[in-house]
Amino acid sequence: MYGKRLRGLALSTFVALTLTLVLVLFWAPNDAYLGFLQKIFYIHVPLAIVTLCGFIAGGVMAIQHLRTRDPRWDMRSYVAIHISLVFGVAVLITGSIWAKGAWGHWWVWDEPTLVSFLLIMLLYATYQPLRFAIEDPERQARSASVFAIVAGVFVPINFAIVRLSTAYVHPRTLSNISGNLPGRMQVVFYLALVSVALLWVTLWRYEMTSKHASAQLRALKRLLGGDEDEAPARRSAAPSVTHLGGVR
Amino acid sequence: MSAPPTRTVLAALLRKDLRVELRSFESVPAMALFSVTTFVLFHFGLRQDSLTGDLASGVLWVTLLFASVLGINRLFVADAEQGGFDGFLLSPADRSTLLLAKALALLAYLVVLELVAVPAFALLLLEPSIGPALPGLLVVLALADIGVAVIGTLVGALAVRTRARDLLGPLLSLPMLVPVVLGAARATEPLFATHAGALPLRWLAILALYDLVFALIAFALFDFLLED
Amino acid sequence: MAPLPLHTAGPYVAAAYIVFVALILLYVAIMAGKLSRIERELGELTELAQRTRGPGDGQDAL
Repeated sequence: MYGKRLRGLALSTFVALTLTLVLVLFWAPNDAYLGFLQKIFYIHVPLAIVTLCGFIAGGVMAIQHLRTRDPRWDMRSYVAIHISLVFGVAVLITGSIWAKGAWGHWWVWDEPTLVSFLLIMLLYATYQPLRFAIEDPERQARSASVFAIVAGVFVPINFAIVRLSTAYVHPRTLSNISGNLPGRMQVVFYLALVSVALLWVTLWRYEMTSKHASAQLRALKRLLGGDEDEAPARRSAAPSVTHLGGVR
Repeated sequence: MSAPPTRTVLAALLRKDLRVELRSFESVPAMALFSVTTFVLFHFGLRQDSLTGDLASGVLWVTLLFASVLGINRLFVADAEQGGFDGFLLSPADRSTLLLAKALALLAYLVVLELVAVPAFALLLLEPSIGPALPGLLVVLALADIGVAVIGTLVGALAVRTRARDLLGPLLSLPMLVPVVLGAARATEPLFATHAGALPLRWLAILALYDLVFALIAFALFDFLLED
Repeated sequence: MAPLPLHTAGPYVAAAYIVFVALILLYVAIMAGKLSRIERELGELTELAQRTRGPGDGQDAL
């Protein structure tokens, strides 16, 4: 059951995010060097960190899937990657807004966060097409898991390599900022990080609940309606819900 | 019935792939021709007669990358279409041997590709003489080729049994090969400079590490891709 | 890089946070669509169950 802790989780996320927003706007000091624009970092960097961790989590869940052959792990991995993709889009957009504000261009190549992010998003964008292109649900799940693991390993390595390649060209503003934060800023930053992480977990559970409910519905339909109600299985990029298990 | 020794299986598989390639000429000529044509395109596109330094480096590696993708796409196709996978699975051989055999075959194709592409590049686009750059270049080529071979085999196996394999192959492999291109290009930049510099060891180490990590991962995961 | 004055930087910061909220809300909206579909199908199934188990026709519904 995924919905049990959902309410408490959603509530804490709401409280944390609201508190963060308030603190960012009214309590955190203005950065002497970057001014008001720096406040974007409180949302952009936590989003980035959580997205990357989310992708890695998706990889770990995929390992579990390959180890146990339990289709539930495949669903968890799929949802983790799905949520992280959404967060990743937010990272790219907020990063672009920051770049426009700070440098005047909508994109900058010397920010390793943005560049390695773009690369990772391009990679994970192929996750759903890959799933969609394999019809047999078991093979789809297995191939997707292999992909999730390989991509999950790629995330930290790619991040490190891109960082190394831009290190000596321009100062890394984003990373420098999040590295040496004075007192108040640090508090707000970590609060923001926790809030975004909570948000990720909440949305993950939210989607898992929805998928699980669909699966139970499907099983119920089969139980009650017999064969005539069985709709011809459509190809889908999402893991087959029929495998998730029946009515409890 | 015990499994035949790995060396025998490996040799047999490798011989089969190379023989098929020699008879059908599916991959390598296309790759080689593609790279030379691309150099010509770059000449017209960039409007430059000769390149040095990071521009030369970039053009060379991006071209080699795209040419490699052609080979990656074809790597498992014959096996998938003509039941080679099933035949292999029925044999008592160790499954990772297939991975190794395919990677070595791809490596062989890449070497032949480079035997054509690198001289073409030196002839058509490179301004400084390639002589002093050659030893360093060979090392970088070796490391980069291993990376492409490992990732190419992994991606090829992943993409071959999908419906849109010609699209998915490049889509999957290109982002994962960017670090290889990045590392190789950075490594050869000083080699192609007007006043040739030394080979940056840092990037060689990064390339080697990348190759190692993904070789291990491919080795661990390959079994799951072969099952049906 | 001199810090941007508040009136120039303000819109950018606002835009970033708005994008963040908008994406979350968009996601919630899509999930809401799925939820209502589940609710509808559940209603259909309840109807189906009542029909097959209803005025006894002697048939073994399950």
